Amino acid sequence: MNKKILSAPYLLWSVVFIIIPLLMVFYYGLTDKSGAFTLENILAIATVEHSKALWLAIKLSIESTIICLILAYPLSMILAKLNVNQHSFIVFIFILPMWMNFLLRTLAWQTLLEKTGVINSILKTIGLPGINIINTSGAIILGMVYNFLPFMVLPIYNSLSKIDKNVINAARDLGANGFQTFLKIMLPLSTPGIISGITMVFVPALTTFVISTLLGGSKILLIGNVIEQEFTQTGNWHLGSGLSIVLMIFIIVNMLITAITDKDGEGTML
Amino acid sequence: MRNALKKLYITLILIFLYAPIVTLIVLSFNKSKTRAKWGGFTGKWYISLFKNDDIMAALGNTLLIAFVSSLVATIIGIIACIAIQAMKKRSRSIVIGITNIPMLNADIVTGISLMLLFITLGIRFGFMTILLAHISFNIPYVILSVLPRFKALNPSTYEAALDLGASPFRAFMKVVFPDILPGVLSGFLMAFTMSLDDFIITHFTKGAGIDTLSTKIYSEVKKGIKPEMYALSSIIFISVLVLLFLVNYMPKENKKGD
Repeated sequence: MNKKILSAPYLLWSVVFIIIPLLMVFYYGLTDKSGAFTLENILAIATVEHSKALWLAIKLSIESTIICLILAYPLSMILAKLNVNQHSFIVFIFILPMWMNFLLRTLAWQTLLEKTGVINSILKTIGLPGINIINTSGAIILGMVYNFLPFMVLPIYNSLSKIDKNVINAARDLGANGFQTFLKIMLPLSTPGIISGITMVFVPALTTFVISTLLGGSKILLIGNVIEQEFTQTGNWHLGSGLSIVLMIFIIVNMLITAITDKDGEGTML
Repeated sequence: MRNALKKLYITLILIFLYAPIVTLIVLSFNKSKTRAKWGGFTGKWYISLFKNDDIMAALGNTLLIAFVSSLVATIIGIIACIAIQAMKKRSRSIVIGITNIPMLNADIVTGISLMLLFITLGIRFGFMTILLAHISFNIPYVILSVLPRFKALNPSTYEAALDLGASPFRAFMKVVFPDILPGVLSGFLMAFTMSLDDFIITHFTKGAGIDTLSTKIYSEVKKGIKPEMYALSSIIFISVLVLLFLVNYMPKENKKGD
């Protein structure tokens, strides 16, 4: 009885600061300046400028999600085999960079990547040709992978380290080789972690406007940049909200996937 | 051979993660004002930093918002966990679903949705709007790290305390709270970190005339970042590193719990 009353503050908070704000986005997105219903703000995604920004965002975020997965899986396997007591230490290593400001960390890649930057100087010293990716979509992908890699590593690492060692040993005893054990045991048991990682990387990568601003020069516009400009520069909140609704379709699909795979409702992130 | 390869792989990933941080620390000692050139070693930015009122004000705002928002989020989060724990399965999964929204939603959508809310409610943009926004995205981190602790609790101990005459509040503080404390602390720390590192949501919910470190840095990107900013970030990073190292490695008896 008593405990039911305790849910009031949080439920009230969620309604005011989570549900109502999202409904506001839908309200603005589906109305024009006079308050009349319109689909124009949503259909505006079909214009050349907007659809180009959306496709580029989708392309770059898929590419960086795949790169994150390829980098994170072997890493998580190695980490999961280390001593179990080191769990907090591993989380610590991946959370620690967040204490250096995210914008500064991303800006630092400019210094590293520039034509006469640190990486090119090193490449030159050892006689290799330099790389020239600053202000290209390559730099944006690098920035995405750099910023979101921990969100891929932590859930995969968590799901791998939960696998009972006896299951793996049993598979080996029954004659499976290393690759078969991986394919039949490790991969299926770590699928929730992989899916969680993919959703945690894909959404922020798809919707970023900061990484493209900092590393892509001012020429490359992603859908996030377009929406940000509608809100802070052009001041057309209706159009900005309409484009956000389009973006939310992708996010909702992502949430559904997470809800289906994460049946305990606990999340594998923490 | 395989072990060497594994070590090499971990090392490469760590270099990737920490190279920008090392770069920023090096830049904080750079005599030249531009990021692109090394002009010799200096410690002067670490001194002029404390005379820069703008940066100091932004630092104050950032720390105050991070601290107050994590504290409020922790209190609301703990109360929410008690309530969620007592719920039936269905209402519980609905509440957890709502809790997950800010975590799974894009920051830009959370940011603009709160911006539209504050505009509609007529709240003046400034310190208060940033604080409210930070509390709301911090609560899920607290709930997600405290809730598993509640699940692991033995409800009989709380009931025993009640039977022995403790008031519900006293029984909670004496019996339940010590058991969930590790989850509370990690939730608070997680919320504090997220608040400190947030730019996008702050960008949409701050008004003119107030800056956190993130928004200040963003506004300086085009003109060039002041070297004092590198110095300040290095100080913050190194202090956190030292602090966490001490917490993790000094008291050995704490390790048993996990």
